[in-house]
Amino acid sequence: MNQPELTITPSAVVITPGHEVLMEASPYGVDKKKLGMWIFIVSDACTFGAFLFAYGYMRIGTPVWGTPFGFSSIVNGMVMTAVLLSSSLTMLAAVRASQSRAKASANKWLGVTMFLGTVFAALHLREWFKLIGEGWRLFYNPTGGAPQFGATFFSVTGLHLTHVVTGVIALAIIARGYTQGRYDESHVETAGLYWHFVDLVWMFVFPLMYLMNAH
Amino acid sequence: MEKTFASARRAKTLFWGEIMAETSAHGAAHHAPPQGFISKYILSVDHKVIGIQYTILSLVAAFVGMALSWAMRIHLAWPDVHIPLLGMLAPNGAPGGQMTPEYYLSLMTMHGTIMAFFVLTAAPFAGFGNFMLPIQVGAADMAFPRLNRASFWVTFVGFLLACATFVIPDGPPLSGWTAYAPLSAVGAVAGPGQGWGQNLWGLSVAVFCIASLLGALNFIVTVLDLRTKGMKLSRLPLSTWGWFIDAWVSLLAFAVLLPTCLLLVLDRLGGTSFFIPGGLVFNDQLQPHSGGSPLLFQHLFWFFGHPEVYIIILPAFGIVSHILPTFIRKPLVGGWKVITFSEIGVGTLSFVVWGHHMFVSGMSPYMAMVFSVPTLFITIPSVIAVLVWVFSLYGSNIRFDTPMLFSLGFISLFISGGIGGFFLAQPSTDSYLHATTFVVGHFHFTMGLSAIFATFAGFYYWFSKMFGRMMNEKLGKWHFWLSFVGVYCVFMTMHLTGFAGAVRRYSAFVDDFMIPLIPANRFISVAALLLGATQFVFLYNAIWSFFKGPKAPDNPWGATTLEWDTTSPPPFDNFGGRQMIVHHGPMEYDGEASVMQTSAEASVAGT
Repeated sequence: MNQPELTITPSAVVITPGHEVLMEASPYGVDKKKLGMWIFIVSDACTFGAFLFAYGYMRIGTPVWGTPFGFSSIVNGMVMTAVLLSSSLTMLAAVRASQSRAKASANKWLGVTMFLGTVFAALHLREWFKLIGEGWRLFYNPTGGAPQFGATFFSVTGLHLTHVVTGVIALAIIARGYTQGRYDESHVETAGLYWHFVDLVWMFVFPLMYLMNAH
Repeated sequence: MEKTFASARRAKTLFWGEIMAETSAHGAAHHAPPQGFISKYILSVDHKVIGIQYTILSLVAAFVGMALSWAMRIHLAWPDVHIPLLGMLAPNGAPGGQMTPEYYLSLMTMHGTIMAFFVLTAAPFAGFGNFMLPIQVGAADMAFPRLNRASFWVTFVGFLLACATFVIPDGPPLSGWTAYAPLSAVGAVAGPGQGWGQNLWGLSVAVFCIASLLGALNFIVTVLDLRTKGMKLSRLPLSTWGWFIDAWVSLLAFAVLLPTCLLLVLDRLGGTSFFIPGGLVFNDQLQPHSGGSPLLFQHLFWFFGHPEVYIIILPAFGIVSHILPTFIRKPLVGGWKVITFSEIGVGTLSFVVWGHHMFVSGMSPYMAMVFSVPTLFITIPSVIAVLVWVFSLYGSNIRFDTPMLFSLGFISLFISGGIGGFFLAQPSTDSYLHATTFVVGHFHFTMGLSAIFATFAGFYYWFSKMFGRMMNEKLGKWHFWLSFVGVYCVFMTMHLTGFAGAVRRYSAFVDDFMIPLIPANRFISVAALLLGATQFVFLYNAIWSFFKGPKAPDNPWGATTLEWDTTSPPPFDNFGGRQMIVHHGPMEYDGEASVMQTSAEASVAGT
């Protein structure tokens, strides 16, 4: 072993309570919560990407693909899309209100966003039950073709629905903490990032899973 | 100095205030260390404790994985030998202590799973990374301490689920650590271990994915947002760079393995046919599936799986690049840039080469050619990294302490294994070698033992910092030389038997053309048993040094980075309440002279 030598810098300044620690600026100028959410979104996008890749792979490899959606289902899907996109707008209003310290207004918009998210989930489940009623299963195609439509539709939209429901719950927790003063506008903004991402994913899921499967 | 404090940025972007705000709701400020055994050592949010927890978990997993390889090697060399302990563990898999061919595959599957995930992915990244990374960037903790704690305990649950496959009646799965469909997807009909064993496997790996994603997220945010004053990206220690790049690769790759596991579980439990084609007959039973593609599973798995081998090796790159300058007393050739950019190159290219695992899987031969090109390209940044290490050694006064020996061993193994990669990167030669022990030797050199050697280098290097005591150098050197010779005896011989046509995954060499290779296989088995026994020298050294080793000084190796700028082991807040201000890069060495990163002295190496 080499000669041990003590090289602790003697000139280091001791941080006294109440003083702030000096740090390098974040390269993106965002706090750690927001950066963490962005990085989660990158990762989650890969997860959705893998699901959609599997869907594309299945679809290209299947000669007769089941296309169960009629006019009413597409209208239902368009209503769902409108509801989800509106919820992005109301989320934006909530973030704006919280940033201008209008707590009551922010809470109101968070409530509207959660309501719209719940409506989306309800309409989506109605669609699911309609398909299940027609005999579609994860492993069964009632029209007699390959069973891959049910597998891909229920798993891709199921993953998205899980994200929406998780988002509604997360917004409820954030709204509660925000009302009680435990959370501030940065928490609302970070939750908003997630919410917008879930909406963005729907803009891929809707054309791929609905419009391409209309008969 | 008061002025400096006054000009500090506002509280919103400051981690200290935030951590205090985060924990103040629970009644404890972060800089007050927790009291009580459980909050201090078990459910701790302290990154140092979590790093040690990961290290211990990987050590346990490594010895479990090694025991499995022992059982396999004994069976391969002497198929008639009875192992009574194995008979007690698995009355069905090894009746009377003699394993069935299926149980051999089960042991192989679990050896791969435990080693790849819970040892090689966990130890050099999560183990050392959690302990060292926040200290190296000058932070008091990770960006999200509670997420960090969750990530360890989720990993722990994953490990328990993997181990549980040994005690359930079904036994461990036999579809390999790659769990190729349709064998892994059809369920219990495919053989022993393919019922609940495979279910638990899928669950364990899915859980491990979640833990890895949480860890990767934490590492990235910590490096980007929690660097102390003066710690520019260009001054990051090279080990931090390794973990940072690795975290990005993990973040993208495990995000694809997670849905792969979910789809596999859906096929198994939900009745879907993602990976199972129609008309498949298993054990005389027609499977009720149709329209799926086993190739889809391989695409999804290897999209994760190839980056995974770089997830394993990038922290090793970082650790070795971090250790080398300290022991050659000069900066690496090309400074921080060449090695870091070659790591970034490796990490990026790792996402476009996955098809080279599938040359003989029924993928279009044209695709095989397409994938062999980036596979040969990825050798360029890898070779640049190797040249940086080798050229840096040239003409330097090397200090041969144990961490340095293991670093040199890493370079040697990585070169030897990498040369085998040229044969496997080309479809023409891979078609012959793919199913042979050549591949086994290749990946044990490049990702298995290289990463293990770098982990040992890190362990001997940082043990003093983690536990406050020095490890025994003499035992360390014995451990190195015996391991080094042993590894070459085992895996170089596997390369040769592979050339001779020894098929991998066979539980006994009874075919005519393989009988001449039995002596070589016995040699491998004896060497593997001795190599395993050598690891107990390490274990003894670690345990003895933990209790009885000489007290470690703060900076035993004369290094320059921030972890050597604090006590051994560091205090709860890492720097005892000092403001660390960084003035230099991490490689300020010029012979005996060196300048700490925090020192205001002039540069000696001009980095």
